[in-house]
Amino acid sequence: MPDTVKLEVFRYRPEGEGEPLYETFEVPYRDEWMVLDALNQIKDHQDGTLSYRWACRMGVCGSCGMTVNGEPVLTCATYLEPFLPGPIRVEPLHGFPVIRDLVGDLEDFVGKLQRVKPWIIREEERSPSEGEYLQTPEEMDAYKRYSMCINCMLCYAACPIYELEPGFIGPAAIALAQRYNLDSRDEGARERHEVLAEHEGVWSCTFVGECSIVCPKDVDPAGAIQRYKVDATLDFFRSLVTPGRSP
Amino acid sequence: MKSQARIPTGRISDPGYPQASNPEYTRHHPRWYRRHMPIFWWLRKFAYTKFILRELTSQPVMYATLFLLGKVWVLSRGPEAYEIFVQWLSHPAFLAFHALVLVGLLFHTVTWLNLTPKALVLRVAGRKVPGWAIVGAHYGAWLGLSGVILWILAGR
Amino acid sequence: MRRARDPFFWGLFSAGGMLTALLLPALFLVAAITAPMGWFGMTGYEEWVALASHPVTRGGLLVVAFLAFFHAAHRFRYTLYDGLQLYHLDALISIVTYGVAAALTVLAAALLILVV
Ligand code: SF4
Repeated sequence: MPDTVKLEVFRYRPEGEGEPLYETFEVPYRDEWMVLDALNQIKDHQDGTLSYRWACRMGVCGSCGMTVNGEPVLTCATYLEPFLPGPIRVEPLHGFPVIRDLVGDLEDFVGKLQRVKPWIIREEERSPSEGEYLQTPEEMDAYKRYSMCINCMLCYAACPIYELEPGFIGPAAIALAQRYNLDSRDEGARERHEVLAEHEGVWSCTFVGECSIVCPKDVDPAGAIQRYKVDATLDFFRSLVTPGRSP
Repeated sequence: MKSQARIPTGRISDPGYPQASNPEYTRHHPRWYRRHMPIFWWLRKFAYTKFILRELTSQPVMYATLFLLGKVWVLSRGPEAYEIFVQWLSHPAFLAFHALVLVGLLFHTVTWLNLTPKALVLRVAGRKVPGWAIVGAHYGAWLGLSGVILWILAGR
Repeated sequence: MRRARDPFFWGLFSAGGMLTALLLPALFLVAAITAPMGWFGMTGYEEWVALASHPVTRGGLLVVAFLAFFHAAHRFRYTLYDGLQLYHLDALISIVTYGVAAALTVLAAALLILVV
């Protein structure tokens, strides 16, 4: 087992020379260290200007996503060990404009999440005195998987279509829309359909399938998209044979 | 209409930008670095290469369909035409090419059937049918239909 | 109308994908490889003509051809425009790919219905 391991870290300083470069750091190797621990070691002991996001260190905040040796991962949940002997290449997530070093811009992603109205929409709210909305275990099972998303954007980074067509609403936003569409308490599917049925909604997707593979929470956005395509298509053909129904 | 609202670009010139009224304010440094997708992006990862190969099976599918129609046409031109056709087809070069087409068709079949549980969510008696059962049923159908075709066309 | 385009072509794409996945390997194997090589059972001209002129064969083949052409056209359209990054040419690519599929379907119908 080595004493140290080398990290090649993507550096971009917007105020500086302009072109990004890779800087190599040598950090002590520990069996129990994650990639994030190595970055923290650099920041604390070698170069305090290194910029990256992290918060919880336990795989729930979704902010430490980076590209490690080409794969989008949560750096707080990725051991150094499998990459030995190194060097380990750490880059920002693909598909997002880089603000500085390993920090990408979230604006586009957050805007897209909001567009699918990820909240329960009711035609008529029930007043608290009428009691709670009850749900059977099967009804909860219908959407639970999609509710596990932590907005880490790894699925966007894994999706070549998002990188090619930045207008694409993207995997997590569609999974989140389905999380509410499939909720028995929700009545907002029509409103979300406005966004999802655009070409840049579900129809940009060509089912590369990588989003579901990299997702740390097993949300399966690819499945959510595919199901939506099937349902929208069936609805469309049904509306052809049933006059009076609009697609 | 609400749904027509543009996605915010995050640029300060964007009317949706919260601080658009104050041009002095830069929330983040405007000099973003954008990486561009190379034209050979599908070589970057094995999974992407596999994806593009899967998509290219559209060509073997196209060829095989045209071939079947072509065969019907040749059959309508009489036994001599068919004889020449068969001679061409048994040429090693043609055989090798057709073996390649067949590999493409099989790749299409396998990738297509493997993805069926993603598109199909079935409930039987209130229980979700597991993915392996859906894939299994489709493979069963494929083997069954192939068996029938082989039996009719080649089995007797 | 714009909204109708995507589900319509995607519906043809998936129906064609399923049908070709289930049928084409076996059909092609026999028609293009084993029969010309004379490997198994049905190899003679007469037998093939009898089969190929049967109305059920012809009808089935027309359905397969129609869906297979549109399946391939749809897939190839996306391959061109994502694979080669030709977004600005989407309209042209769509017209050409779906147009070829439609023309080939008409030719297939003419062949299967008119040519005895
Ligand atoms: S779907 Fe998965 S990969 Fe995508 S943002 Fe949510 S948790 Fe992250």
